[in-house]
Parts: sequence; structure tokens; C-alpha cells
Amino acid sequence: MNNTTNNKKENFEPRIIAFVCQWCTYTGADLAGTSRIQYAPNVRIIKLPCTGRIDVHFILKAFEQGADGVIVSGCHPGDCHYTSGNYYARRRFEMFKKMMGFLGIDDKRLQFAWVSAAEGRKWGTLVDEVTNNVRALGPFEDYKSLKIFQAE
Amino acid sequence: MARIGVFVCWCGENIARTVDVVKVAEAMKSIQGVIVSLDYKYMCSDPGQKIIKEAIVNERLTGVVVALCSPLMHEKTFRTAAKEAGLNPFLLEVANIREHCSWVHEDKNEGTKKAIEITRSVVERVKQNHELQNITVPITNRALVIGGGIAGIQAALDIANGGHQVVMVERTPSIGGHMAGLSETFPTLDCSQCILTPRMVEVARHPNIKLYTYSEVESVHGFVGNFKVKIRKKARSVDINVCTGCGICQEKCPQKKIPSEFECGTGFRKAIYIPFPQAVPNKPVIDREHCTYFTKGKCKLCEKVCGPKAIRYDQVDEYVEEDVGAIVVATGYEVITSEKFPEYGAGRFKDVINGLQFERLASASGPTEGRIVRPSDGKEPETIVFIACAGSRDPAKGIPYCSKICCMYTAKHAMLYRHKIHHGKAYVFYMDIRSAGKGYDEFVRRAIEQDGALYVRGRVSRIYEKTVNGQKKLIVKGADTILNKAMEIEADMVVLATAVTPSPGAAQLAQKVGTPYNEYEFFSEAHPKLRPVESNTAGVFLAGSAQSPKDIPESVSDASAAASKVQILFSKKELERDPYVSVVNTDKCFGCFSCEAVCPYRAITREEIKNRKGEVVRMVAQINKGLCQGCGGCISICRAKACDLIGYTDEQIWAQIHSYPADPIDPTEENGHE
Repeated sequence: MNNTTNNKKENFEPRIIAFVCQWCTYTGADLAGTSRIQYAPNVRIIKLPCTGRIDVHFILKAFEQGADGVIVSGCHPGDCHYTSGNYYARRRFEMFKKMMGFLGIDDKRLQFAWVSAAEGRKWGTLVDEVTNNVRALGPFEDYKSLKIFQAE
Repeated sequence: MARIGVFVCWCGENIARTVDVVKVAEAMKSIQGVIVSLDYKYMCSDPGQKIIKEAIVNERLTGVVVALCSPLMHEKTFRTAAKEAGLNPFLLEVANIREHCSWVHEDKNEGTKKAIEITRSVVERVKQNHELQNITVPITNRALVIGGGIAGIQAALDIANGGHQVVMVERTPSIGGHMAGLSETFPTLDCSQCILTPRMVEVARHPNIKLYTYSEVESVHGFVGNFKVKIRKKARSVDINVCTGCGICQEKCPQKKIPSEFECGTGFRKAIYIPFPQAVPNKPVIDREHCTYFTKGKCKLCEKVCGPKAIRYDQVDEYVEEDVGAIVVATGYEVITSEKFPEYGAGRFKDVINGLQFERLASASGPTEGRIVRPSDGKEPETIVFIACAGSRDPAKGIPYCSKICCMYTAKHAMLYRHKIHHGKAYVFYMDIRSAGKGYDEFVRRAIEQDGALYVRGRVSRIYEKTVNGQKKLIVKGADTILNKAMEIEADMVVLATAVTPSPGAAQLAQKVGTPYNEYEFFSEAHPKLRPVESNTAGVFLAGSAQSPKDIPESVSDASAAASKVQILFSKKELERDPYVSVVNTDKCFGCFSCEAVCPYRAITREEIKNRKGEVVRMVAQINKGLCQGCGGCISICRAKACDLIGYTDEQIWAQIHSYPADPIDPTEENGHE
């Protein structure tokens, strides 16, 4: 199994799923588009109303489905459209990061960020950074090797 | 069985340059449930929309995915088109392959691959979509205005003149607010009462305005369009329906030495009193704290002299409930008192007063009938010192913000003083002169150049009393930072332009109304630039100094803006909004109410589940669709997974996550989908 992993690592392109809020980061990513900011194509965005809506199950599901990295990004503190959703999210993901080791996932695979609607550049940089970091970590295959998933 | 149509847009070259749109459309055909998948040069054009509409009808589509620009751009366009073709608009979703794909990637292979995956994930999502209807909420076309100062008066009159009912609640016995007590107003120096009192009378007379004075908002329940407000009418001890306002009771009352609130402590009032001669309503109130009858059990002089027999000693607080659809908060401001300034005498020196007190001294209706005299001995001050920024912009006093109105009223005070005492010297200590506004800077220049106010840039460090030549003087020690020298002025009187703070109890009121406020307890606007008179709570609007220090013109324009917002709300019988709200599965909910704690909109209510005997078995959460804004905070906190967000259900999100498989599609392969 180790061999296959190493083989894969050579031209490994990480798959990143980003859960973003529709008010700040989604719009920020739109701005990156209108500003023609180039960034790594590895990210797949899933739009939600607020980072406070993001259940940790989503993140687990993403890893389970083969994501190598996950981004959670919303409005800056104080800017939440719903006044406090991002604070709850921040707390939730601080806790969740601590639990990731227990779950067998390197916590570097999850990146929490604030990207405002005006920060197209920051969004591009964030995606590039996370892509590079996760590329260095290699593919996330620990779950795939579990019997329960092989059976599917 | 789902029948999905996928429509991929070229956006001219915008998408097609880096995404092989033909391949994207082709790849979608292999997905289960996709009936039709095609590409077109400009989907948003009329012919493009026609293609979609025809496909919806001809192919009996149950879901549509348009792969093109950001949903923020054209989601509405295409949803309207879907609706026109007879498809529920919420069964159409946008896959963003322009802003999130073609514009940010140069490699056509990568771009195509990403576009396929994005579109596919949205196809999977659409399969989980349900038909939704916009939520409609009935609206009570009646507004509550809290606060009867100039902002509240303006808002109430505008709404009432627009043909809607208004309920106005004012805490004090009369409306008018601070403006009723001002002498003359900058920058025109027109008499404050002359412009205000007709408005006050108009409020009282207006057939659409119901006025509650000497009353407070006790509680607010409900949501936009449907508020239930409980108002406490404080016991006036006078039946205002019987009272004629003749004022004999006030004349005869033996309690004479009670500092008058209206005079800001510069004058006195009786225990039964009409706050000021032009008060609206012009009816007295008994101050039970000072009334001899209430404190000692004897007197009843007012009852004896009252012709129409309007005195009611046994009156108690009365509670009334009003249904309203919108609330305008116009609770105004207060200024901090000189007690906060130990360095300036901390209220010990009688001749150190604040700006509002000076207004009363300068007012023709004030305790001195407009003569500016020292409160200590009634003599005209020969030298007067005005200190701007007393507390404002001073983090040490806990007030880092600018009080905004002081620069202007201090200039006005200096001017009024010089108009009345021609030989007197008026010094003004200032940090900066902030006189932005129409005719404002000219006004300040006039105070300096024509009326000879002596402006000193610098701060005052200390004030102390000293007897000079047998006369009591206030020694003002400060610095002139322009000349770079210390200053010492022998003054007869000092006026502090003390900082503006929110009206006491603003925070408690904000909590009752359920709207945010800042660390200084000023009400927060929904957006500082684009929604300046709306609060974050739907249906609650802000006017005047409740939000931040404001002068009269600003308060009035605020109030008219808020009134116009109220009337926009009232222009429809029902309020229509997106159906994206949370729902609770009451079978799963076990009543931990964590959702209640995180909900920023107080949209969670507790509902009893009863058995057949009518006994309460358990409590569950319910969501008020009128209040819920669809943030979804309740869902991720819910331990029982009983909550879900319509439009962003777990199923929809999971479908998207599932569609990003472990092995990416290679667009170069045919039927890349696994």
C-alpha cells in the first residue's frame, strides 16, 4: 500500500473542498474572478448562508468522500451578516481541530479563514497556500484504507 | 424520477476561452436524471432564456442547472424565466463556472475539469431541491415611535401624514425632548421653541397619532409586521381627561424647591407640575417622591384647589397593549454631568455648568428669562470660559468618540454670550473645530471674527476657586498649544461642553426590542453606510441620537428616512421574503433549547407538546418564520439534528460533497463520470 501512495504522491493534486458563507467569502471569491486573480484550480466551493451553518459533519463527510483538505471561510469577526454566526463557527472549529487528531486526520488539512467580500486577492492566496500545504502532506487515504469504506 | 436540464453558457469568450463548454455539456449527459444538456453562446439573452423555457415545457423538467456566471449576477433572471415556464423557481440553481472557474484559471484542461465538477455538484444538489414558496407575513400598518424628541416627532408626523396610525411613547410627562429646552439653534440662530412647539401641537392634534406620555415600553414581542408592545402608563396622579390644565394646583403647591429637570437644575419646580409652559400635553403630574401628601400623608392642597376635580392620588400604573408593525427608536441622548470632572470642580463649583444648563440660562423662557448670569450670585459674568470636548474624545473618561454637536453649540454659546454681554470676554478652549455642515464653518468663523470669541487651541487642566479683589473667581489653568504657552484665566463662569451619551436605559430598551447596541449603548445600525436608519432587527428603525450623537438637522433627516422606511414596509399588505428559514422536526427535538441561545433573531419559541389528556408531555423548539433570517446557526448547534435549513438542507449539502469523488474526472476521457 505504501508503494501506491508514494507513486500517487509524485503527481498528486490535492482535492480541496471549501465551505464558505455567501455574504463574505463567496462574494470575495467572485471578486477574485472579476479581478482575474489566478489561483490553484484544486478548490471546490460549497456555498452556505453563514459559517455558523457549517456542521462539523460536513467536514468529516468531505474527508470521507476523498477530500485531502478542507477550507472553512466566512466574514471577519464583527462583520457577520447574522451578527454572530462566525463567532460560533470559530469556537466550533477550534474544538473540532483538537478532535481531529483523535479522528486520525492531520489538523493541517483543515484551514479556517476570514475572507471578506473585498478580499479577492486574499482568497486566491488562501487557496494557493492550502493547496501547497496539503500537497506537501500528501493524499488523505487513511479513511479509504478502512474496511468499512472499501466495502462500499 | 428527476428530469434535469443543464444549460451551459459560453458567456461569449468569458467562459469558453478557458473552459470547453461543449465538453461540460456533454459530460452532464451521462449523469443519472439529466434529460437535456446543451450549451449556448449567451444564456442570459432572450433567445438563451427561450431555450431554457422551451426545454422546461417540452422535456417536462423537474430541475434546471444553469452553468454560467455568479448566482449573485443572474440567479434571479433565470429563476424568473423558470417561473414563467411553469417551473418552481427554487428548482433552478446556478453553477458558478465563470467567477469561480474560467476567470481564475488559465489551463483549459484544468478549467474544463473544474467546470464539470462544479456543474455536476449543482446537478446533484438540484435533485434534492424542493418546490418552495416565498414566505408571506401579514403586516399591521401601525407604527410605534419610542421617544418624543424632535426625531420621534418628525418620524411620527411623517408616518401619520402618510396615512398610517402611529403610537408614540414618551418617558417624560411632555414630548419635545431636549430641543424644547434649547435657546437658539445653530447655524441660523432661530428660536428653538418657535420651530418645535408647532410640531408638538401637531402631534397632539393629529388624528393618526396616539400619544402616551409619562409612559414606558415594558416589553416587545413578535416580529416585523406583527409586534405586540406592552406599554406602562406611569401613574400621573392626575386624570388628564378631566384636567383642564389651568395650573392652579401648580401655583398652590407648597413644595417649591425641587430642581426642575426641564431647567437642567438651573431652576425649580413644584411637586405637582407642568414641565414647561408649552408642554404637550399641557397637564400636570405629581412627583410622588417630593409630594408632601405622598411623603408625609398630609396636604392634598392640589385636590382642594382643583376646580374640575382631576387629582387622583390612588392612581396606579396602567398597562396597555398595542399591536404595531414597525418600531422607530428615537430615544435621544443625555449629556454627562460635571460631577464626572474632578479636575473641573466635580460639581462643587456652582458656576461651572454644562452646555444644556447654559441653554436654559440663555433661553428667553428660562429661569433668568434669557439673562446670562452666574448661578452662584446672579451677577453677569465678565469673563466666561467654554471648554469643548469635556469628556468627548477622551479614552480616559471612557468616551473615545466625538460628540459631534459641541463644536457648533459652543460657538453658538460664545456668540449668544457676546450678543448679550457686549463687554464680556468669551474664551473657547478647543481640541479641533469640527464644523462640517451647511453653513456651519461660516457660523464658527462668525463667532470668532464678528463676535470676537477668543478661541484657544488647547486643553484645560484644572479649575479652582479663588477670591480676587473680594470677588470669587474661577481660575482656569490651561495651555495654548499654538502659542506654546501656559494660560491662566480668571473667569466668572465656565461652561463645559460635556460629552453626549445615550439616553439612560437605552441598552435595556434595546434588549426589549431585540436589537444590537454598541459598547457605549448607542443603537447599532444594520449597515453604517447603506442601511443607516435600519436596525439589524427587521421592522425596527432608528432615528436621531439614539444611534450616535446628532444635531437637529441630522436627527430630522434620519427621522424622515426612518419614516419612509416604515412606509415602504407598510406599502404592502403582506411581506414577502425568501423561503430560506429553519424548520424544526418536533419529533426529534428534545427541548435542550441550545438553538434559542444561539439565535440572533429571537426566532425560536417554546411550544408545548400535549398528550390526549391535555397534559404537557414535553417542550420543543419552534421557529417563527417571520423572524428567522435563515443563518442556520440553530442547525449546527442542534444535538438532536432536529433543525434544518430550507434551501440549504443537509441533503443538499451532502449531495454536493458526495459529488466530489475521490477520483477526479479527466475531461479528456469520454464519459468521465464514474
